[in-house]
Amino acid sequence: MPLSPLLPADALAANFTDLKPPLRPQEAFVEASRCLYCFDAPCIMACPTGIDIPAFIKKIAFGNPAGAAKTILTANILGASCARVCPTEVLCEGACVLDDRDEQPIMIGRLQRYATDYVTERGLNVLPQPPAKKSGQKIAVIGAGPAGLGCAAELAQLGHSVTILERQKQAGGLNTYGIAYYKMKPQVSLAEVKLVQSLGVELRTGVAVGQHVTIAELEKEYDALFVGVGLGAATRLHIPGEELPEVVDALEFISRIHTDPLHTVPVGHRVAVIGAGNTAIDAVTQSKRLGAERAFIVYRRAEGDMSAYDFEYEHAKHDGAQFVFHAMPVEVVATNGHVSGLKLVRTQLVKGKLSPVPGTEWIEPCDLVLKAVGQEKQVKLLRGLFPELVVDERGVIAHDPLTGQTNLPHVFVGGDCGNGGREVVNAVGEGKKAAHGIHAFLTSQTAEPPVQPSRLGAKQGATGSGLLHPIRAQELEAALKAK
Amino acid sequence: MADLSCNLAGIKSPNPFWIGSGPPANTGYQAHRAFEAGWGGVVWKTIGTPIVNVSSRYSALNHGKDRMIGLNNIELISDRAPETNFREIAEVKKRWPHHAVIASLMVETREQWHEFVQRAADAGADGIELNYGCPHGMCERGMGSAVGQQPAVAEKITSWVMEKATIPVIVKLTPNITDITMAARAAKRAGANAISLINTINSITNVNLDTFVPEPTVRGLSSHGGYCGPAVKPIALNMLQACAADPDVNLPISGIGGITTWRDAAEFIALGATSLQVCTAVMHYGFRIVEDMNEGLNAYLDSKGMKSLADLRGKSVQKLQKWENLDLSFQRVARIDYDKCIGCNLCYIACEDGAHQCIDLKSPDELKVGLGPGRVPHKPVPKVREEDCVGCNLCSLVCPVDECITMVEIPNGRAPMTWSNYQDRLAQGEMKAIPPHP
Repeated sequence: MPLSPLLPADALAANFTDLKPPLRPQEAFVEASRCLYCFDAPCIMACPTGIDIPAFIKKIAFGNPAGAAKTILTANILGASCARVCPTEVLCEGACVLDDRDEQPIMIGRLQRYATDYVTERGLNVLPQPPAKKSGQKIAVIGAGPAGLGCAAELAQLGHSVTILERQKQAGGLNTYGIAYYKMKPQVSLAEVKLVQSLGVELRTGVAVGQHVTIAELEKEYDALFVGVGLGAATRLHIPGEELPEVVDALEFISRIHTDPLHTVPVGHRVAVIGAGNTAIDAVTQSKRLGAERAFIVYRRAEGDMSAYDFEYEHAKHDGAQFVFHAMPVEVVATNGHVSGLKLVRTQLVKGKLSPVPGTEWIEPCDLVLKAVGQEKQVKLLRGLFPELVVDERGVIAHDPLTGQTNLPHVFVGGDCGNGGREVVNAVGEGKKAAHGIHAFLTSQTAEPPVQPSRLGAKQGATGSGLLHPIRAQELEAALKAK
Repeated sequence: MADLSCNLAGIKSPNPFWIGSGPPANTGYQAHRAFEAGWGGVVWKTIGTPIVNVSSRYSALNHGKDRMIGLNNIELISDRAPETNFREIAEVKKRWPHHAVIASLMVETREQWHEFVQRAADAGADGIELNYGCPHGMCERGMGSAVGQQPAVAEKITSWVMEKATIPVIVKLTPNITDITMAARAAKRAGANAISLINTINSITNVNLDTFVPEPTVRGLSSHGGYCGPAVKPIALNMLQACAADPDVNLPISGIGGITTWRDAAEFIALGATSLQVCTAVMHYGFRIVEDMNEGLNAYLDSKGMKSLADLRGKSVQKLQKWENLDLSFQRVARIDYDKCIGCNLCYIACEDGAHQCIDLKSPDELKVGLGPGRVPHKPVPKVREEDCVGCNLCSLVCPVDECITMVEIPNGRAPMTWSNYQDRLAQGEMKAIPPHP
């Protein structure tokens, strides 16, 4: 059976309201008042963009929300979307010292949203304007995702002329197309794109580099290039039936939710999601919210091996998603040319190696299969664009982590194509670091990272910096456990 | 169970907790409710020639998310007829014979004072409190703090009252004066039986930054108000101790000023109070708060093996001395318990910017404290340089974790020496001047 939308518009609107609704002014004030205002706070160190979190929270508590937004946006131009999509539980909020006083960490993400919403809703421009006198140097940014936008904004603030080239019709990358709809609406991402443009950054959408313009042409016109092309299409399953019309890339499915009215988005009655990362969770929960009777995740390994964050897993279970562990797909089964089931086989670990258990095959009925087993690396695209560029064995571009510089001195990198796939906030932080790397390259200076305001006043022992060495609370916990 | 009963200059109550003269003690209805809730006494809202109040009377100081840590009011004395107030006092006394009802009075002439003192006694009040304290409104008409700020005037009026009084008289003192003991001594000279303090402090709590009118606003204008509530407690304790320690005062004292908990009450008693008056806390939370005041004070006295309030009263009065009597040889330093430290570094920045630069941020690896709670790898850890620490306490005050930073006495082998000793020994050439701090 071909797929069709299952729920009326009003039911869908209710199902896709914000997972974390905005704070009302008094809620924000009370929450902000709980913050201890740590000096050189752990939350800052856990933020890949190094936002001075205690400073912005104090500004909210003292009735200066526009100032709070300025603190956020000068450190992270995508502060509004990061407020919604950051896994704060394992970043800033996971590092909050209140956790160690047996209290709930400060709701940093929701406070950040409060401050950035405040200026967006009022159309306030809180960012300092870039220098009127331009450096005369031009940089092309390839890809208008979080890394590209982060890099472009920082370069503009440093006085350079920046042009972003984006293959898609709209800028924003995964922020516009690939975030669970109940976490963030695409309008937030598009407003951020406008913010970047307001700094004088030129944006050219619908331009595929290598197709509409060559690297050689870019190299002729620009003094440096930033590559933020992200990752490619979903990794293939390589099983029979993968070509059926109801076998869909999970990111494409999520993208449709963003571009089409919700009541026109088709979904299956029974949806199988293959994979157990955060995109798989987004796909399975949104299938349920679109009206699927049953939506389940199929994962080769055990519950504890899932790469999805614990809180995402809890969220999916809360939404009624189901989980089939220790199973791998062997075939997508069709009836009359449409998906009718997914043939699975039990898996087991033999000498540390995962292998199917013969004779345990069974068919889970389903009419939609979503692939969320990761994205392909862009090796082919990169090789085509830059034959000399060093791409490492993981399929990501080798680069200096502090400057983003690749083996080609004028080419810099950031975001998923350089880190293999991390959070939006990592991409912004890397774009920002690369901007300073580019600035140093163009001005023949030693690269100096942006100053982290929280460290002003620390005269010695300045070992910490969220911007340079972001620390995830998750990693911290692992370190503590290992101790 | 300790004995909480209280006797202030002959005014007896089952416990020391009285409702202070103010809005919660405005009517017989409120007095009944207060006694039902467990209060020991009520000081009636000040009775005088009826006045007219404005609408919009109170404003507050909030701190962070805590409401009303200070309260300001421009409400005047009772706006009810004296005969109504005295009739209700009589009714309350009839129903609650063993509880204290004190009539607070404020009038102008000697004849009026005589009349009102008589009417209070006739109504069956257990005592009289003379309101020489209100800093707003009434003082413009020569009453309230206008009296309390001039000891000679206060003494004169008190002596008028004493001419007629047949029940104990308490003089309520204003804190809006340079030296409160001057007013307390005047009360003593005039023959008053007790004093109560403090009345409210002149205040403006806040300015509306849109209208530029301070609160409370009355059609575009405001007026100086009287300040009370938890924020004034330190001021009240200071004045209480000054009066309690003054041999020329030597009167029983009813303590007033920001009392909210049994702990506050115990501190007032330790600094010399006999009874306690509570008003703002009741305005904030209602009469019910007295339950824990009684219970908590009782449990505290039991835990200390004290049989009655007398065992606690005044215990701290002599613990306050002139600065010149403090030991200059005493030395303490801050110690950080790294098992409790949550890594906020507030101690570091407070010491660095706000005090004496004696805390360093060190690598946790160097200190070998490892990863304490809340600390991300390699995040700097505060470390006190004990040789430079002046023991000022600031770090322990800003630390958000109980018992994480403790101030520890360091034996330094120096014999005790006060500033007075030091001056004497310098004068006699027994020692050289201590070199100035670098």
